[in-house]
Amino acid sequence: MYKIESKNVDFFYGASQALKNINIAFKPNTVTALIGPSGCGKSTYLRLFNRMNDLIDNTKIGGQILIDGEDIYAKGVNVDSLRKKVGMVFQKPNPFPKTIFENVAYGLRVNGITDKKFIEERVETSIKQVVLWDEVKDKLKKSAFELSGGQQQRLCIARALAIQPSVILMDEPTSALDPISTAKVEELIYELKAKYTIVIVTHNMQQAGRVSDTTAFLYMGELIEYGNTKTIFTNPKIERTQNYITGRFG
Amino acid sequence: MSHLEIELQQLKAETIKMWSLVNLQLRKGKDSLINLDKDLAREVMLSERRVNAYELKLDRDCENIFALFNPVAVDLRCVLAILKINNNLERTGDIVEGIAKFVTNVDSTFDKKLLEITRVVEMYEAAISMMDEVLEAFDRENTSIARKVFQQDELLDDINIKANAVIADYIRNNPENIEAALYLLSIIRKLERVGDQAKNMAEELIFYIEAKVLKHRSIKEQSKE
Repeated sequence: MYKIESKNVDFFYGASQALKNINIAFKPNTVTALIGPSGCGKSTYLRLFNRMNDLIDNTKIGGQILIDGEDIYAKGVNVDSLRKKVGMVFQKPNPFPKTIFENVAYGLRVNGITDKKFIEERVETSIKQVVLWDEVKDKLKKSAFELSGGQQQRLCIARALAIQPSVILMDEPTSALDPISTAKVEELIYELKAKYTIVIVTHNMQQAGRVSDTTAFLYMGELIEYGNTKTIFTNPKIERTQNYITGRFG
Repeated sequence: MSHLEIELQQLKAETIKMWSLVNLQLRKGKDSLINLDKDLAREVMLSERRVNAYELKLDRDCENIFALFNPVAVDLRCVLAILKINNNLERTGDIVEGIAKFVTNVDSTFDKKLLEITRVVEMYEAAISMMDEVLEAFDRENTSIARKVFQQDELLDDINIKANAVIADYIRNNPENIEAALYLLSIIRKLERVGDQAKNMAEELIFYIEAKVLKHRSIKEQSKE
C-alpha cells in the first residue's frame, strides 16, 4: 500500500502547463526528494499534496492524487482535515508572532482542542521530537522571534508535528539556515521518517543524497527519472539526470 | 548521531566482519598445512567466495557513501582507507586460498625437518599475529598497535630471503621430496605477501586516523613518524 499516489497528474497555471503527466507512488515511512532546476515544477507538485495550490486563482489539476487510497481532489473532501493529515514546512522559518508555546499549540487550538493538560503534553512532545526542548524549555512564554533561524525552523516543524500528521511536506526547509542548523534539521528528517512519510523539495543535491530514500528529478514540468536515491546518485539511467546531479546541466 | 556517522559505523562493522573471516581463513590454512588436512584446506578454498562477496558489498557501500554523503576530512579518509583495506583483505583471501590449494596438491605430508629448517610455522604465526594486530588497531582506532607490525614484517622478509638457500640445500640432500619442498617455497612466498598486505592496511589506518602518508618509506622512517 502506498502512502501517496500521483496518477497522470497535470497542472496548469492559466494556459501554461506546469506539470505533465506525473506518476509517482510514495511508500510510507520514506523520504522522497524532489530535485530539478528552478521552475521545473517541483514546488508546484509538492503543494498539490495538501491542496495549497487551491489558493491560487485560475489553476487547474488533471489526474489523481491519492493519499491513503483516497482521492484528495474528489468532491466533498474536507481540505482542513486533509491539511491535518499533511503538514507543511516552508523555505523560510515562519513562526507566528506568538510565544514559543503558542506557536506549537496553535494547530491544536484552531482544531477546537481546549484541554489544557492535553495541549501542554502535546506541545512538549512535539518540541522534544524536534530536539529543541532543552533549548527552549525555560522560555516557552517568550516570543518565537527570539529564537535563532535554525531554532525557528525546528519550532515550525514542531508546530507541524503537533497536529499529528502522517505526511510532512518540506519546501527547501534549510535554504535559509547555516550549516549547523541544516545538519540538525537533516538529522531530524532522518529520524522523523520512522513515523512519517516525508516529501522534500531541495536545491541542494548533497542534501537529497544525505536525507532521502528515493529521488525524483523533474525538468520543465516532466518527471525525468524517479528511483532509489542510491541508484540516482551512483548510476542514473537518464543522461539528463546525470548532467543535472553532476552540475553539467547546459 | 548524524546519518553519515551511522553509515560509517556500519561500514566499519562490515569491514571488521570481513577481516575476521580472512583471519580465520588464515588460521585454518595454517592448521591444514601443519596437519596436511586436505578437507580443511578445501573448506578454506570454498569460503573464499564469502570474502569475495564482502569485497563487492564494501565497494558498493563506499561508492554509495561518496555519492550520497560527500564525506570530508577524517570521514573522507575513513572511506578511502576502507576502500583500500577492502582490496588488501580480498588479496589476502586469495593468497590464503592459494596456500590451501598447495596443501591439497601435495601428495605426502610435509617432512617435519623441512618445516623446521624453513621456519615456515614461525613465519605463518607471525603473519597471523600481524593481521590480528592490525585488525585490533582498526577496531580500537589505535595507531600505536598498527605501528608494531612494521617491525614484525621484517621477520617475514628475513625468513623469505633465506628460504631459497635453505630449500636448495634440502633438495640436494632429499631429492625424493623435491615437489613438497617447492610447494613449501611457494607457500613462504605467499606468506611474505600476507605480511605486505598487513603492512599496507596498517599504513591505511594511520592515514585515516592521523592523516599521515607512510607509503614507500623505510621501516625506520615509518616507526619514527
